[in-house]
Amino acid sequence: MPFRGFELHIPAPERRPGERPSFDHLKIPPAGATPRPSPSTPAHELRELPYGLARVLDDAGNAVGPWKPDIDPETLRRGLKAMLLTRIFDERLFRAHRQGKTSFYMKSTGEEAVSTAQSLLLGASDMCFPTYRVLGWLMARDYPLTDLVNQIYSNARDPLRGRQLPILYSARDYGFYSISGNLGTRFAHAVGWAMASAYRGDSNIALGYIGEGSTAEGDFHETLTFASVYHAPCILCITNNQWAISSYSGIAGADETTFAAKAIGYGLPGLRVDGNDFLAVWAATQWSIERAQAGLGATLIEFFTYRMEGHSTSDDPTRYRPSDEPVEWPLGDPIERLRQHLTLIAEWDDARHAALVADLSEQVSAAVKDAEAVGTLGKSKPPVTEMFEGVFSRPDWRLIEQRREAGAE
Amino acid sequence: MPEKGTAANSSMSMIQALNSALDTMLGQDPDTLIFGQDIGYFGGVFRVTEGLQAKHGAKRCFDAPIAESAIIGAAIGMAAYGLRPVVEIQFADYILPAFDQLVSEAARLRYRSGGQFWAPITVRTPYGGGIFGGQTHSQSPEALFAHVTGLKTVIPSNPYDAKGLLIASIEDEDPVIFLEPKRIYNGPFDGRPDVALKSWAGHPLAEVPAGHYTVPLGQAAIRREGNDVTVLAYGTMVHVAAAGIEQSGIDAELIDLRSIVPLDIETIVESVKKTGRCVILHEATRFSGFGAELSALVQERCFYHLEAPIERVCGWDTPYPHAFEWDYFPGPGRLAAALARVMEPA
Repeated sequence: MPFRGFELHIPAPERRPGERPSFDHLKIPPAGATPRPSPSTPAHELRELPYGLARVLDDAGNAVGPWKPDIDPETLRRGLKAMLLTRIFDERLFRAHRQGKTSFYMKSTGEEAVSTAQSLLLGASDMCFPTYRVLGWLMARDYPLTDLVNQIYSNARDPLRGRQLPILYSARDYGFYSISGNLGTRFAHAVGWAMASAYRGDSNIALGYIGEGSTAEGDFHETLTFASVYHAPCILCITNNQWAISSYSGIAGADETTFAAKAIGYGLPGLRVDGNDFLAVWAATQWSIERAQAGLGATLIEFFTYRMEGHSTSDDPTRYRPSDEPVEWPLGDPIERLRQHLTLIAEWDDARHAALVADLSEQVSAAVKDAEAVGTLGKSKPPVTEMFEGVFSRPDWRLIEQRREAGAE
Repeated sequence: MPEKGTAANSSMSMIQALNSALDTMLGQDPDTLIFGQDIGYFGGVFRVTEGLQAKHGAKRCFDAPIAESAIIGAAIGMAAYGLRPVVEIQFADYILPAFDQLVSEAARLRYRSGGQFWAPITVRTPYGGGIFGGQTHSQSPEALFAHVTGLKTVIPSNPYDAKGLLIASIEDEDPVIFLEPKRIYNGPFDGRPDVALKSWAGHPLAEVPAGHYTVPLGQAAIRREGNDVTVLAYGTMVHVAAAGIEQSGIDAELIDLRSIVPLDIETIVESVKKTGRCVILHEATRFSGFGAELSALVQERCFYHLEAPIERVCGWDTPYPHAFEWDYFPGPGRLAAALARVMEPA
């Protein structure tokens, strides 16, 4: 081949603000088209899998193809409820931020199927290592709404005692590990936790989440090496919501390969799954659980989804992407798709949906009201002594002296 | 429990004492496990884990990929599960890829989760110079860790302390950085490279009991009592300080800090109030080194007892140089000169 001269390649998304959204480059296969090999298949025979897209629900709402899970309507309704509750809660608390009641908020909008389906499927003694967009995990497990709002307001009843930014929850009893604002690090904790389960001969599975943007972090790659080397019983999930603040997924390498395909280099199975399809999320997670339980170790899953809102309350996505991109997303809204399916199989109807929305809205309003009775950010806080607790198992002389100096005794 | 001087004691090098600590904990606590680069079958590049895999099994003592961040990250996840992982970072110079795991995770987990999760991990790592290791096998990064609230930083100076402090670190409920002064692994070194090497054999602090014992974190040891000046040191520098004091002929009190977090401030303050003078000795670079904190603390608490400025004798503020090992390394001569200066009449 002739020498053509070098040119530095800078990736750019298909469309910018003011342009019509386009998703032609995505090559989304129809529901049912991607095969489902047995979970016992060796990883080296699964190398085509991460280039497909496991889908169950078709455009009409039918459940089709090899990934169609065996799941009863009652569980589907629980999933729909948890997704709706997440959406309604996000809307209400985002508004609370705009009303000056807290400093920060992040929504899960458009990504609710992933965390809710996995929360319902995993066991009580399993552990998820969350990102900041998996509120659905807690909603599916009936975490007290008032405690969420207390945390968001950092008030006197905040279960995290006023020490942590809003929505960076921790809920051990609900299988929900502590979140922090730095990215990628907890992926390694998930694998360590899974290694500990295997070390003890237990049957507990760890489920780690990471965003597609953070797959560029070294911790992602080091973690996959560990997961592979030690056959750790874990499910490592990439939620590819297409956007990392203003950076489209191509900045993290999406134009060159799929995120699921990163698994191949580590000798792990990689699944690429429609993350807006509750049934497909369920089926892929079930596949990975069976694989771990059979002693075959970790699975990497890319959930292909879409961040319908801004990164956080500090972000305006219309500055960098077409404003109607969220409604044009070809894989739709996960809530509407599950609702459509339940309606199609005669297990749901508009009246029940409207009643559920009204009921959940009422629950959220009541929780907000209860938390506001305690106080919003700055109006109420835990005692200042809490600032000095929990740094170490017991405060050393520095903290005791400084607590006195701060007048917090 | 065997006491010092009983038949169950034996003379050990610091390597053997550390090995004995790990062996003791693996033997008595099924939740303790150890991993790191080259530490399994081979027994570690400094032989600290020699024989432990053969004795306790590969699941208790195994090799890790060259991935410092995941080594410490996986340990945090294990600790959150309820285990007591002890990991080795082959040289302290190579701990930096794991800094996010230490600062943003291990040190913060208990605080940010409201006490729901915590990370009682122990990170063992050889550190310090005097071995012609060049820039990346010689550094003393203790001040980086001391600055991170939520981490404990422990530095033994002899075999007896090494075993007792390591067991205490493993049993501690907080994350501990355990810095092993590699220059004194096999024998005390007083900073004079032209003097024949000594082994630990016959040294009173190389008498190490068999079985379980602890040296509590946060308790300094007075290695030499004196009336005229207080010398603060840790690790290899404890031995350098002893030589420097002897060379100076000054009646100095030598305090071995043993851990810099938690810090035994009472012993320091009591001594400086008695002597009225303080000299701080460490291998690490001086600017923003741990000596700066010690100096500030002594000034804040002992100002009206001080009869001379506090002196710091440290590594120069350069990268660790290869050819200039002994120009860089703060030896007994530099300490003796500092002691003489602080004793000069005002």
